[in-house]
Amino acid sequence: MSRLLPFIGFVLVVALLIFGLRWNRTHDMNWVPSPLIDKPAPEFTLPLLYDSTKTVSRQDLLGQPYLLNVFGSWCVTCQDEHPVLMAHAKKFGVRLIGMDWKDDPDTAKRWLAQFGNPYDTILVDADGKAGIDFGVYGAPETFLVDAQGVVRYKHIGNLTPENIERELKPAIAQLGKVQP
Amino acid sequence: MLPELGQFALILALLLAFAQCALPIYGAWRGNTALIGLARPAVAGQAVFVALAFGILTWAFLTQDFSVAYVAQNSNLSLPWYYRFPAVWGAHEGSLLLWILILNVWTVAVAAFSRHLPGALMARVLGVLGFISCGFLLFTILTSNPFLRHLPALPDGNDLNPILQDPGLIMHPPMLYTGYVGFSVAFAFAIAALLGGQLDVAWVRWARPWTNVAWAFLTLGITLGSWWAYYVLGWGGWWFWDPVENASFMPWLVGTALIHSQAVTEKRGSFRAWTILLSIFAFSLSLLGTFLVRSGVLTSVHAFASDPRRGIFILVFLGIVVGGSLLLYAVRAPKVAGGKPFALLSRETLLLVNNLMFVCAAAMVLLGTLYPIIGDMLGIGRVSVGPPYFGFVFPLLMLPVVLLIPFGPFFRWASADWSSTWRALRPALVLALVAAVVAKLVFRHAASWHAFIGVAAAFWVGAGIALYALKRWREVPAGRRYTPEMLGMILAHFGLAVFLAGVLITQATSVESDLSFTPNQTQQVGGLDFRFVGVQRVQGPNYLADQGTVEVRSGDRLVTTLHPEKRQYSGQQMQSKSDIDGGVFRDLYVALGEPLGDTAWGVRIYVKPFVRWIWFGGLFMLVGGLTASADRRFRARRSARDEAVPAAATATA
Repeated sequence: MSRLLPFIGFVLVVALLIFGLRWNRTHDMNWVPSPLIDKPAPEFTLPLLYDSTKTVSRQDLLGQPYLLNVFGSWCVTCQDEHPVLMAHAKKFGVRLIGMDWKDDPDTAKRWLAQFGNPYDTILVDADGKAGIDFGVYGAPETFLVDAQGVVRYKHIGNLTPENIERELKPAIAQLGKVQP
Repeated sequence: MLPELGQFALILALLLAFAQCALPIYGAWRGNTALIGLARPAVAGQAVFVALAFGILTWAFLTQDFSVAYVAQNSNLSLPWYYRFPAVWGAHEGSLLLWILILNVWTVAVAAFSRHLPGALMARVLGVLGFISCGFLLFTILTSNPFLRHLPALPDGNDLNPILQDPGLIMHPPMLYTGYVGFSVAFAFAIAALLGGQLDVAWVRWARPWTNVAWAFLTLGITLGSWWAYYVLGWGGWWFWDPVENASFMPWLVGTALIHSQAVTEKRGSFRAWTILLSIFAFSLSLLGTFLVRSGVLTSVHAFASDPRRGIFILVFLGIVVGGSLLLYAVRAPKVAGGKPFALLSRETLLLVNNLMFVCAAAMVLLGTLYPIIGDMLGIGRVSVGPPYFGFVFPLLMLPVVLLIPFGPFFRWASADWSSTWRALRPALVLALVAAVVAKLVFRHAASWHAFIGVAAAFWVGAGIALYALKRWREVPAGRRYTPEMLGMILAHFGLAVFLAGVLITQATSVESDLSFTPNQTQQVGGLDFRFVGVQRVQGPNYLADQGTVEVRSGDRLVTTLHPEKRQYSGQQMQSKSDIDGGVFRDLYVALGEPLGDTAWGVRIYVKPFVRWIWFGGLFMLVGGLTASADRRFRARRSARDEAVPAAATATA
């Protein structure tokens, strides 16, 4: 029996890979309901990437809707997402706030200098604690927060032109209707 | 006309590969010497046609035949001739053809250098290699034909990805593939042993030199890749835990375990089943790497353009090759442990620990690499775990390896003497501690503890291995002191010490800064004065560049003048080209950022002490692996066996 173990392990890996291939064909993106949807965004107070003496908190951002994009210079998927953000940041109609997650701020600055900075403001969550409050599994993740500080939409994984058109833009358009 | 001939050559090669696989294996089973004898001619024939196909594709690039779709997609008229060669393997289809070519080179080498091995065993080994070749040729012909026409021919092509237009890329993929594919030889020997039921230790002795050479080339390929990432990608990093890097690193980790386990099996007869399993794993991970890179199942900065059909094909092939061999293992693996007994304190135990640690590390890397798919499966979304995970777990797993390495050579087989080993190694421990204290004084500005650990670990491993070399020198009469195998071991382990020093000192003491410069402004970084002279336009062979000039001075002495560039290639692609003043003890790395305002520019400056030691370490390991495989012992025993079994030799001829 123990001699079959390597084979069984391999079968499991293959099952995972078949799943991965099928998933890729049927799901262009992955959206799962988050317990945060339609709940107030968690409290946070984080330093700014380009001026670590200043901090921004949840309260400071109230009044206007914003997109919070969790990223890291170490994250390969974020690199995939980055050109999409560069192209769409100005077209969202809401502020794009970056959260540099579990990352070294200097490396992040270099990364942004090389690939461009799509964000209006960037907060630093170096130890990942704010990420825990937001329920971040990994980077990238994107949260749409309305003017009252309520999370209206969440996307796990990279934003692509397709899922921006299909989901994010409708969600942003919806904001205007809900608000007085 | 030629591209059609190329495709025809591929089809003929496929037929010969099929013959090379089916007939000799059947012959070996039935004891039919005529069929066994077919293996070598089939190998030669297949190699000729594969080489012909590869030559024709290269010719299409050299003559810029844009009626071939693959050529039009990956080169254009302005591409200099010396980049038309690497352009052949610059994308999926051509690199697959390179993979097949290298597999054929290995197969021909095995066929040529193993004339004296038993005919039935060789028939099986060449048959297994033929089966692998079959799979890849079929894959190329069905899903990734590089000779596909694009008619009418385009007047000009796209461009080769500018990241790939670099001397490093000419060598990196061939070396990496040579290593990857080379593990197929150890795999073929293991499968041949299982098929033939010949589970004595002889096949391990014959497989060892091939494994060492494959491992050495894989080491070189990874080292070149890391060096290329360092100076081309422009972040000054040397390893990113990217899925594609991991794909090459997993076979390396298991390959490292395999060469140690093979040593035990050959010399002591122990770990037989384990060696077979590792041979299967090492090559399986090479195949899995191919799948991960080409199926688009994971996103990566180096990912090839993907096509779901390709993913399914490789997955099926992977299932047949790996699933089949693991089933064969389950049925045929040696039932009894075998080998000579050993005590807890013995070289065998240490090598077992080495094996466990390297296999665990490979499993850990595999888990991290597949994590995005696991995330999908559990419904939590596609996310990368990245360096925060790898950077934490990997060093933890390697720590015991580093601590135990110096004991390895000193411990005897079967039963080691602790007190004599301890006496012999004490100077290394003292030296490591003293060096760490000195490092603490020298690198007093370094905020991190990495430098001290790095110096201590490097001295512990380096001095430990040097003490062993000294012991052999003192105790053994001249002429028998160092066999190539032992010398290779000493070099490779010494390379590890050099590598450790490079990694940890660089990590702790590098100075990295992004500054804004106006022309003729001088700023200080890491104790050196950097004067930014200005930026001018220069015309390259197939790009236009903004070229900066930065003078570096130490006091009044001019250290060097660097010219980082931002290049605009014809395909509208921008590429930053850093300029590096390299040295044994420190690199000065300057990259040009964005223009800031009218005359000011962002400039990125790194001072990286000891960074080259990372790659020097890899080179030591390369030389070590090659030296060990040149051991006369492998050949001497073979010729002795030759005389003992002339019947087998004549059967092969």
